[in-house]
Amino acid sequence: MTTGFSEGLRARIDNIFARYPNRRSALLPVLHLVQRERGFIGPDDEILVAGLCGLRPVEVREVLTFYTMFRREPAGRRLLQVCTNLSCAIRGGGRILDHLRRTLGLEPGQTTPDGRFTLVEVECLGACDKGPCLMVGEKLHEGLTLEAVDKLLRESG
Amino acid sequence: MAEKYLTRSFDPAGPRSFKTYADTGGYSGARKALAEMTPAMVMGEVKAAHLRGRGGAGFPAGLKWGFIPQASPAPKYLCVNADEGEPGTFKDRYILAHDPHLLLEGVVIVSYAVGIHKAYVYVRGEYEELARRLEEAISEAVSQGALGENIFGSGFSLNVLVHRGAGAYICGEETALLESLEGYRGQPRLKPPFPASVGLFGNSTVINNVETLANLPGIILHGADWFLGLGKPKDGGTRLYSVSGSVVKPGVYELPTGTSLREIIFTHAGGLAPGRTLKAVIPGGLSSAILLPGEIDVAMDCDSLAAAGSMIGSAGIIVIDDGVSMKTVLDRVTKFYAHESCGQCTPCRVGTSWIRRIVRRMNGGGRRADDLDRIARLAEAMKGRTFCPFGDAAALPVLALIGKFRTELEG
Ligand SMILES: Cc1cc2nc3c(=O)[nH]c(=O)nc-3n(C[C@H](O)[C@H](O)[C@H](O)COP(=O)(O)O)c2cc1C
Ligand code: FES
Repeated sequence: MTTGFSEGLRARIDNIFARYPNRRSALLPVLHLVQRERGFIGPDDEILVAGLCGLRPVEVREVLTFYTMFRREPAGRRLLQVCTNLSCAIRGGGRILDHLRRTLGLEPGQTTPDGRFTLVEVECLGACDKGPCLMVGEKLHEGLTLEAVDKLLRESG
Repeated sequence: MAEKYLTRSFDPAGPRSFKTYADTGGYSGARKALAEMTPAMVMGEVKAAHLRGRGGAGFPAGLKWGFIPQASPAPKYLCVNADEGEPGTFKDRYILAHDPHLLLEGVVIVSYAVGIHKAYVYVRGEYEELARRLEEAISEAVSQGALGENIFGSGFSLNVLVHRGAGAYICGEETALLESLEGYRGQPRLKPPFPASVGLFGNSTVINNVETLANLPGIILHGADWFLGLGKPKDGGTRLYSVSGSVVKPGVYELPTGTSLREIIFTHAGGLAPGRTLKAVIPGGLSSAILLPGEIDVAMDCDSLAAAGSMIGSAGIIVIDDGVSMKTVLDRVTKFYAHESCGQCTPCRVGTSWIRRIVRRMNGGGRRADDLDRIARLAEAMKGRTFCPFGDAAALPVLALIGKFRTELEG
């Protein structure tokens, strides 16, 4: 059942509200905060956020399903986002993705059974000069080789 | 010998602090505007400089600000477009990473010219670290009197806030950006009304790209003639060209507007790796029509590229060598647009996903004789018939690929 948001989270959400003339505008930043604290945005969170922002839960769901960065299910401890857009593809982005697929036994969108890694394929990350690139959590790794990817996997999670 | 203004002090070690920025002349453009010029004079200077938007559409910045009704007492807003989603483009990242105060100084100048007291910087969700650094730069500027109340003692006040997106290419389109900022799905609005009359929260709003605004301090400090002297008569200044793909030295190059595409690739970005030859170039981000090696003596400015049947867009140059299959390029292009269509209007939603299904089948070995014609018909059906320019952005690169590489794509 709904457990409510922690006091710390509530305080941060109130800070966000102060930045906009209405509460609906705070929806994206609030969803970012909730996801950061809880790891994903579940049905209970939708209801809580709706209450805080003066919306119906369906209005929150409508928004959160539009944006690819919001997750409605838990992800692994490390989110691996591989760019396979054209510039990275020319520089070997496809090989990085295939390597991760094989090493982790995952298809994009899946999480390892031990909950360590979730693999995602993403569009251009705005770092095409340093491709192929991969985001681990919020950190961008550039100019990757297969060896560098293996090292990242060993050191993460 | 080309003059560098925007990148003159890009420091690879990290973002410049307020102090290093101010010590090297930073904020003197804003100081000059606030102390010595009226808002109308600032606007006049920018109009005379022929500063064209760097976000994609190339609209003259001064002209756009002129559409804001000056007399109205209602609040006006600035939205800085830092969504940078156009594949092959990474110049705004460089500005945010290396010189956030250059952007903030530009924000002060446009806000003073138009009479804006609240600005939101819409930063793409994936640039989380950069958004945080920008917030730090804003706090620094506030504490130094360069933002906030009574800027540099002029009586002018401006509040700047960072708003993060959450992963949707379409939110770079200006009205989708407004929807997203207001807490909705990022689905574009019908124009007119344009944001200059009905924008954020129903108020008059200026929307400009990061690089566009980063040009303002120089224009105010050195004047419109200086700026025009750097570039072309109707398209002033330098541009940040993002060069990626099969070149020896990918990166951001600041060069005059109108520099030849060949020069950018071969002189500045180091040309192709030994043993590789040039096969094609996408000159202005993934949405622009692809050019053949014989077409790269084109000047990189808005009008010249339009005349060459493509567009300068975001000046994201993707270089493709002979080792890359055009089937891969078609695959990547169509996958992107099918994934990013916002789904609001039928020609785009159905067109992009239908094209995508055909390409997948073709690449999976199930090719039919009329596939490319079918794709071209679907692309033609989208062109000019969608709710927002996304439909053209999805159709034009596909049509150019089929037009120029039909034999290879059929093989
Ligand atoms: C599908 C689409 C995506 C766009 N993405 C961006 C973007 O990521 N960044 C940007 O500055 N402009 C983008 N634009 C252009 C904006 O709509 C708008 O023209 C621009 O922000 C205006 O600023 P400027 O005049 O300074 O270029 C996009 C347009 C379309 C149609
Ligand atoms: S194509 Fe991978 S970061 Fe741009």
